[in-house]
Amino acid sequence: MPLDDVWILGIAMTKFGKHPDKDVVDLGAEAVSRALSDGGMTMRDIGFLAAGNMLGEHNFGQTLQKQIGQTGIPVFNVTNACATGATALKAAIMAIRAEECRVALAVGVEKIAGAGLLVGGQRQDMPAEWRPSGRVGAVAPLDGRVGTDTMPGIFAQAGMEYAYRYPGATFEVFARISEKNHANSTLNPFAAYSRRFSLEEIMNDVMVAYPNTRPMCSANCDGAAAAIVVSGAVLRTLDPEQRRRAVKVSASVLASDPWTEGCNALPDVSTITRQAATKAYEQAGVSPQDLDLVELHDCFATAELLHYENLLLCPPGEAVPFFESGAPTRDGATPVNVSGGLESKGHPISATGIASIWEICHHLRGEAGPRQIDGAKVGLAHVYGLGASCGVHILERPAVPV
Amino acid sequence: MDEVERPARNIPLVDYLELAPQPHLVANECTQCGARYVDRRNGCASCSGTTFRRVALQTAGVIVSYTLVHIAAPGLPVPYVAAIVDCGGTWVRANLVNVEPDPARIELGAKVRLVPFSLGTDAAGTTAIGFGFEPVVSRGSADAA
Repeated sequence: MPLDDVWILGIAMTKFGKHPDKDVVDLGAEAVSRALSDGGMTMRDIGFLAAGNMLGEHNFGQTLQKQIGQTGIPVFNVTNACATGATALKAAIMAIRAEECRVALAVGVEKIAGAGLLVGGQRQDMPAEWRPSGRVGAVAPLDGRVGTDTMPGIFAQAGMEYAYRYPGATFEVFARISEKNHANSTLNPFAAYSRRFSLEEIMNDVMVAYPNTRPMCSANCDGAAAAIVVSGAVLRTLDPEQRRRAVKVSASVLASDPWTEGCNALPDVSTITRQAATKAYEQAGVSPQDLDLVELHDCFATAELLHYENLLLCPPGEAVPFFESGAPTRDGATPVNVSGGLESKGHPISATGIASIWEICHHLRGEAGPRQIDGAKVGLAHVYGLGASCGVHILERPAVPV
Repeated sequence: MDEVERPARNIPLVDYLELAPQPHLVANECTQCGARYVDRRNGCASCSGTTFRRVALQTAGVIVSYTLVHIAAPGLPVPYVAAIVDCGGTWVRANLVNVEPDPARIELGAKVRLVPFSLGTDAAGTTAIGFGFEPVVSRGSADAA
């Protein structure tokens, strides 16, 4: 069954940042209300809900329903690390394709403003007595003593492993990627941080895990995003304005990490992304050269460089020349992270996957204001969650509305 | 009953560090495809084989990646140097030790070797032995220069 009969009818994100007066339900309700209104729907139209909230209570979806409408529809509560939002959307798309319902809703919310290290941040003292426990019979906590569990550390190592193979990938190149994304964020009113940083500021900021300094790390923040999806058959019954603004889901791919040599020591963020991207291009029948913009998972500046080639935007080993050519800048051949990316827009984990798709839709609809990529017709949104899961969606604005 | 004085005892930090005859790491190797795991598996993640044999990893390795972790859990000395070391084709996680935590002083591709060290002795007289990798200083490099 071709994917061309699944469409995003409505989509919304809250401003990312600090929302001390709102809880996850408030944020989720805000995103859903705006997505419903964007698509011209109400909760009474929704036949399926997929909800993501990694770090909150269980059954977030049902809690959200109590805030916005308890209609008895099936709820899938999903978690998939940083790909949680994309997974929720994928579930909604699958519900449409399976003809489980006419209209499906996906929502992702997180509230982590001010959180420090999400993994490896808790004090773990040496025990008074050496006694083996756990899968490797450890007698003491291993994080920081046998390598690192911290996310900045793992993604720093992913970048440095690339630098081992391609020595052109220097601290300065990684920092310049961050400089690009922070510059992009100045045009995005939804970004948690929209301040330009100079290269010098970035390189001299607090070192988190070399070579990633603080502005080169995704920003922990609060936020939510939601999307309404329908089939082409349903879309054709709707108003012309709804049809005009609908965005086609040309590819929706979710992947887990295949076994690769060395992956037990250092998670392989690349193979999973490459496989998901390859499948997405096949599904959509588009090539990387067709993309007018890309939102990729720059959880750390080091990761963005790797994903240039993982998403096949350039040949293997040529991520640095690709970046140096200016291709991923706003004015380049393949603008990447014009939203400011996770480094400045922010990364409220479960919201991120849908928010990246919102950014693409915003441009495809020609509604992105000062940061609009003119004439954008095809875009790709990518997320990667350590563990691992990877979501790649390709979205298109049809030349003629359905 | 007389208290028998217990001999001093060493215990490895992890069960994949074997202390005798010389400290070295071991892995569970799939007998079908050769994939290696420092922890235990029911089925091989690579080929789904179900039999494994325990193999010793070489103590000499090469740094394939590292990072200097400056922001870490409270109580951990920072910065520490976390690394991925290729021990004869098998990658392992470890800290680099006896090295300055300075990117200018750590070379990707540099040769390192396993070095065991004491993590302290508990009240029962047991000493935990940890491990890291240290740079192999090539003798005569000054002569060669």
